[in-house]
Amino acid sequence: MMRVRVLGGGCKKCEALLKATKEALANTGLKGEVEYITDFSEIASLGIMTTPALMLDDEIVSTGRVLKTSDIESLMLVHKDL
Amino acid sequence: MGTFIQNEILAMHWLNRLVASLLTMLGINVESRLGGSLQFFIYDVIKITILLCLLIFMISYIQSYFPPERSRKIMGRFHGVFANIMGALLGTVTPFCSCSSIPLFIGFTSAGLPLGVTFSFLISSPMVDLGSLILLMGIFGYRVAIVYVIMGLVIAVIGGTLIERLKLEDEVEDFIKNARAVEVKGVTLTKKDRLDYAFEQMTSTFKKVFPYILLGVGIGAIIHNWIPEDIIETILGNKNPFGVILATIVGVPMYADIFGSIPVAEALLSKGALLGTVLSFMMTVTTLSLPSLIMLRKAIKPKLLGIFIAICVVGIIIVGYLFNLLQPLLI
Repeated sequence: MMRVRVLGGGCKKCEALLKATKEALANTGLKGEVEYITDFSEIASLGIMTTPALMLDDEIVSTGRVLKTSDIESLMLVHKDL
Repeated sequence: MGTFIQNEILAMHWLNRLVASLLTMLGINVESRLGGSLQFFIYDVIKITILLCLLIFMISYIQSYFPPERSRKIMGRFHGVFANIMGALLGTVTPFCSCSSIPLFIGFTSAGLPLGVTFSFLISSPMVDLGSLILLMGIFGYRVAIVYVIMGLVIAVIGGTLIERLKLEDEVEDFIKNARAVEVKGVTLTKKDRLDYAFEQMTSTFKKVFPYILLGVGIGAIIHNWIPEDIIETILGNKNPFGVILATIVGVPMYADIFGSIPVAEALLSKGALLGTVLSFMMTVTTLSLPSLIMLRKAIKPKLLGIFIAICVVGIIIVGYLFNLLQPLLI
């Protein structure tokens, strides 16, 4: 079960990353849950300074970018094998 | 050689001649008012679009080397006014959109960076960036561009130092002060990641900014060909000693990207507005805008926000008058 976190303050870019992440998770068929974290204190406490950011379990895999669905899929597949 | 680069490469005068010949071939008289407006509009939209795409791509590539995590580390090594100078300089290269300003603020504050340094960064970041430097070179010449950047950095350093001196740490919202940020290893990027990032930035900025460019150039074209020179001279030129103040105050609530505001500035200048008046307007429009102020308000209390706005406005007004004085030497 993968814990997927999308972090961002609710701006357009963050929404776009959330959407792409949900699609990516569905496409890979992996088991997991997508959380959307908009609380700034929580975002900062995770060490993130640029939003939108993406975390897979405890690893920050991307900051400040709206990744493409296909890129997120490959990140998820690589992460699963670790 | 210098003038060649200036006129043909940066300002793309060849493109203006090409547009004129094409319009003439279509039977449009570019000497007429309507034809002239059309020529200005087509030339300016193409020129700014080319510059925008090239610049955003290059700049984003460079910026990918300066994530805020790294800038924070660099700034932490400096003290006193040098930290403010570093903050102002790094503000020009660190990528940052207003929706990131809160986590960035928390990240800086909890790492122990002085409030003033954070503000030097926050002031210079939208006002001066690499894009504005090159764009200003293309339109107003390199002297104006260099002085603009230096002035922007000076405002950022002095503004940050002032905020530091005023001891306003209590004016930061509590959740920011109490937040504990941890230091994490940044995401490592490959060359391909950086190129992808630069390309994404270019396309998303283009999509976001293009309507503003059309609007800006449209307004520019109208000013260029339809508004009588003496009206502009009276309001924004030599005849009005309060032109700079007027331009700055009008610009505060407005938001435009520097790419959208430059065509307006260019047209006003050619119609007899003073350089400093026009540049003050541009600086205010890009630095202070309602959406970014609303975002910042979530992080800092009204008093500090007010001081921040006041410092920016006063700084920009002073710079505006200075540019008006220096105009004969710069253009």
